[in-house]
Amino acid sequence: MKRKLEISEVIFKIISYTFLTIFALCCLYPFVYALSASLSSYQAVEYNKVILFPVDLQIDAYKFVLSGSNGNGFWNSYTNTIFVTFYGTIWALGVAILGGYALSKKRLLFRKGFNFFLVFTMWFSAGLVPQYRNYLATQDVFNAIGITDDKWLIVIAMGMAAMNIILLRNAFEGVPSEIEEAARVDGATEFQILTKVYIPMSKSTIATVALFFAISRWNGYYWAKTMLGGNSAEWPLQVYLRTQLEYFQDPDYVTSWNNSYPNISSNSVIFVLIVCAIIPILIIYPFIQKYFAKGVNMGGVKE
Amino acid sequence: MKFKAKAADFLIYDEATGKYRENPEQLVRDDVEKRHWRRVFQLILRDWRLYLMLVPMLFVFICWRYLPMTELLGCFKVGASALEVKDQTFAGFSNFKTLFFPNDTSTYAIDFWRAFRNTFMISFYGLCFGFPMPIIIALFFNEIKSNILRSVYQVFTYLPKFMSTVVITTLVTLLLKKGDTTFSNGIITQLFVNLGWIKDGTGMLEEPTYFRAIYQISGIWETAGYDSIVFFAAVIAVSPTSYEAAQIDGAGKMAQMRYVVLPSILSTVVIMLITKIGTLLSVGYEKVLLLYNEHTYQTAEVVSTFAHRFGIGDASNMAASSYAIAAEMVNNVIGMVLVIGANTIAKKAADVSLY
Repeated sequence: MKRKLEISEVIFKIISYTFLTIFALCCLYPFVYALSASLSSYQAVEYNKVILFPVDLQIDAYKFVLSGSNGNGFWNSYTNTIFVTFYGTIWALGVAILGGYALSKKRLLFRKGFNFFLVFTMWFSAGLVPQYRNYLATQDVFNAIGITDDKWLIVIAMGMAAMNIILLRNAFEGVPSEIEEAARVDGATEFQILTKVYIPMSKSTIATVALFFAISRWNGYYWAKTMLGGNSAEWPLQVYLRTQLEYFQDPDYVTSWNNSYPNISSNSVIFVLIVCAIIPILIIYPFIQKYFAKGVNMGGVKE
Repeated sequence: MKFKAKAADFLIYDEATGKYRENPEQLVRDDVEKRHWRRVFQLILRDWRLYLMLVPMLFVFICWRYLPMTELLGCFKVGASALEVKDQTFAGFSNFKTLFFPNDTSTYAIDFWRAFRNTFMISFYGLCFGFPMPIIIALFFNEIKSNILRSVYQVFTYLPKFMSTVVITTLVTLLLKKGDTTFSNGIITQLFVNLGWIKDGTGMLEEPTYFRAIYQISGIWETAGYDSIVFFAAVIAVSPTSYEAAQIDGAGKMAQMRYVVLPSILSTVVIMLITKIGTLLSVGYEKVLLLYNEHTYQTAEVVSTFAHRFGIGDASNMAASSYAIAAEMVNNVIGMVLVIGANTIAKKAADVSLY
């Protein structure tokens, strides 16, 4: 039997729907605007005729960026970002899985000590300048042993997060120990137990953590800018995007640039870069969304 | 095995012979201890693969999390920043003195206290405006009974969270752009001008008065949807029968909120609030760094961007590097005390440890 809603409940429902609709549209709007503005003509963008949909549809801005008329910086940085994301995720995930697995074992001696060792880095960080000096020293070491490509510095030295290891540790702790014992009786080695039992059984957490790593790599800006600032061939996409934004904020630069490209708005170029930077995330986003929700709920909160 | 060692534990005076002899009990204790360590060694040896797995993690954390902490000693030293810390000259607390107390020769103290105040203010406003937002959104999500529609809303509202800070700040910069001879107004600037909220030709990002509002609103846009996940999980955990019971008792929506929903999400809210208070002094540097400019230092500069500016960025020089280290260390130590305090309170209050 369905009961009639009270008036206060109806009002609350109306408020919720209205509010959420407005909020969701506000969340989405800047991206839609960026897409539309990247597809519009100079006149349309500069005179604010683009509100929601593209006006005077054209793809000149895309041609300009993707064809390399703007130098090969774009494709270079795109490749660099893919490189850093790919190897960075593999490295960080490998380290985190091995570490998380070892920490999840009750029989590990000094387990409390190791956990504290991890958690302490979440409480206290040395700060930017010490970190910077440390990375400079690392760079020297890397150069000394023959790794001259600074991308490896970003891949190996940066992006590890204690939180992700703790997420993995908690997931591994949730695997029943009977299964491990069964595998051990069957003669499985420690490494086989990890790869054949634990990893398949905590797939969703591993996917979450991998995506946390990948997204933080794809989005990383500050250290790449600080460590590779002078070497534009190694820039990842985010650094390139920011530098382009700074160029296109300079009136003199834009005026002379518009002489060569009179039908592209300077804003459109930046919007094209934004669209290119978020497309990979948009593509995987629908698949990962449910995992993220789960990952946040686990959130390291343990009772 | 723990005990306080006394001389008599090791040697016993033998009255018959007038000599000292070894205490047999101690021999047993020694043996137990020896065996204890032998057992530890054997355990490690048995599970050596497990310890080997820890090695990469320990390596990464020692090299790039703990070694930087040794650089913190630089805050007690003066000298060329190109030198290693051990080669710089020890200067006691003089750096802290310059940092804390304004004097005639340097303005670091003024900048530092401004940065410290801004850090606190940004977090405080985040607590006032950014914190309730996800809770409200979670309550509203709960009203939408259609799963498909709710997923659509969720997909939209979580989206900005996954975008990089650069993308977010670039969008903010372009949408809030100031119009002049070369550029047109950004679309939001234009909207505000049309509404008569601001004068034409105002660059909102160049006015210190607008910075905090821009930071908070873009922050809500960025994270409120995603942060609501935790609260939403708490809200949907409320059993439908509780609502029915309340409805039968004639409770309106407000009464249901007050007596059914609020008690069941309270513990989550308290935990999140405590966490938030714990991170009061850790404002992300990236977003501020990308949004501020020399016109808005007044309200925008936080301690970590202070450290960036004087230790790494444009204004860095030999002396300033030490101040930058000192400034951020003070900030982070207070931050750590807050986090540990918050965690302890959470443990006591809700029997939940956050770490």
